Amino acid sequence: MNPVVLVQLVLILVVFTALLMSAAVMVYAERKLAAAFQQRYGPYLVGPKGLMQPFADVLKLLFKEELRPKGADALLFAIAPMIAATAAFAAFAVVPFGGDTTLFGLLPEPIKLQVADVNVAILVVFAIASMSVYGIVLAGWSSNSKYSLLGALRSASQMISYELSYGLALASVLVVAGDLSITRIVDGQAGTWLGVLPRWFIFVQPVGFLVYMIAGIAETNRAPFDFPEAEQELVAGYHTEYSSMSFAMFFLAEYINMVTVSAVATDLFLGGWQGPWLPASLGWIWFLAKMSALLFFYIWARWTLPRYRYDQLMQFGWKILLPIAVLNLIATAAGVIYLGR
Amino acid sequence: MAGDTVLFYAFAAIMVLASLLVVGQRSPIYSVLLLIVSFAALAGLYVLLDAPFLAVVQIIIYAGAIMVLFLFVVMLLNAPYETATGLGVPSAAAALGAPLKTGGPTAAGVARGPRWAGAALALVLLVELAWSLWRAGAQETEAVTGQLVSGTDLTSVRQIGYVLFADYGFAFEVTSVLILVAMVGAVVLAKREI
Repeated sequence: MNPVVLVQLVLILVVFTALLMSAAVMVYAERKLAAAFQQRYGPYLVGPKGLMQPFADVLKLLFKEELRPKGADALLFAIAPMIAATAAFAAFAVVPFGGDTTLFGLLPEPIKLQVADVNVAILVVFAIASMSVYGIVLAGWSSNSKYSLLGALRSASQMISYELSYGLALASVLVVAGDLSITRIVDGQAGTWLGVLPRWFIFVQPVGFLVYMIAGIAETNRAPFDFPEAEQELVAGYHTEYSSMSFAMFFLAEYINMVTVSAVATDLFLGGWQGPWLPASLGWIWFLAKMSALLFFYIWARWTLPRYRYDQLMQFGWKILLPIAVLNLIATAAGVIYLGR
Repeated sequence: MAGDTVLFYAFAAIMVLASLLVVGQRSPIYSVLLLIVSFAALAGLYVLLDAPFLAVVQIIIYAGAIMVLFLFVVMLLNAPYETATGLGVPSAAAALGAPLKTGGPTAAGVARGPRWAGAALALVLLVELAWSLWRAGAQETEAVTGQLVSGTDLTSVRQIGYVLFADYGFAFEVTSVLILVAMVGAVVLAKREI
């Protein structure tokens, strides 16, 4: 077999496994950090420092019974979690996480640390993110339960509302970078201003970054925007009726979506794998560090801020976030035209 | 066979099959989902035509945005399974003509009319399609192939933007006005008294 194809296959497997593991790491980090924010210990019994806790969780879920409510639509009930998980994994396929590398000279020619280098990568991420709403909506509808349906409806309207701001924030980065390929956008952030400040787009697009992160949190249904699963009102929202591994798939999808949003934010705003001291082939370490910082921010926000009220969420999305995103895009376009890139 | 050809037939088959099932489906939710499948296959065809931008936009706009709204409406209305079988069966007529029952002809008569009209329209569409396909086959000219060759430029977003706002600027503006009118109309209908 062609070695390049083989390497590509291995890369796909590695990325897939890494995403699975990242979900496990995120679960552990979330529980530990939540405990720290609330001044408790968090998991510490399973394995050293409780490190095996995520695996214990998975085992527990595996051995649970798979339940399906009476009157549920069997087919849709079964495929809804699959849609959610597939969309979560698929989005990461076009996200680059490092520069070209030969793996310390192991390979004859350098490979890209990215599963698929598509020249409209940003739009692909956006398209797949917009598909992930189907998993949630179908889960809610097919469960034949009022809590699930309400959760799904809330989730759908929330995702539609915040997708606009999300897309406009992405568009303002595109205008600055002048390219749709994430790899070339990251390359455009190389170097520094005045030798100190890195040329990251977060310094050109601070408002865009803020809008992107807020809309990203809403898109992934995380607190303070976690209406689809507002415990006090909806039990568990769209996945109320799910148990065992189909519940685990929704859980997995949520964490992988967080990782994807953070990875895209790292590439678009924080210079991706660009950073001082390390050689270009080790850029992925920078990438991981920046992504982890964003993920920490995610968890931090969840355990610090209370949930919005639903009408506040809609008011905020349509009357504050969207106008800011539109103005930011117009200002960015004007800046690019009159000042140049 | 080249990989592209195999993929073309695969996508085309999925698309045709899904589209037929959309029409043949009794449950509205499944119809919506199959329509999404059909759109996704269409996006695959765009990729094969070297137009990844169009493919992704197809997914974002049709499969991502519009179909979510469709699904939303179907879910909120909680539309029941259609019980229709064939043309003008009384049970189907009862389901379709229920709001029209008061006054006018019998429910069956009300429902049969639109059905026959729909069948006639479908026939007209079929004839038109056959005619245009036949014409396209007859006129295998350089103009068509020339367009396809220059069509490789479609990958460039800059090119699409230029064509959209320069050559087709008028159509673009008219479409946006049309959408604005629809939006205003929807708001007026929904919020009759503010």
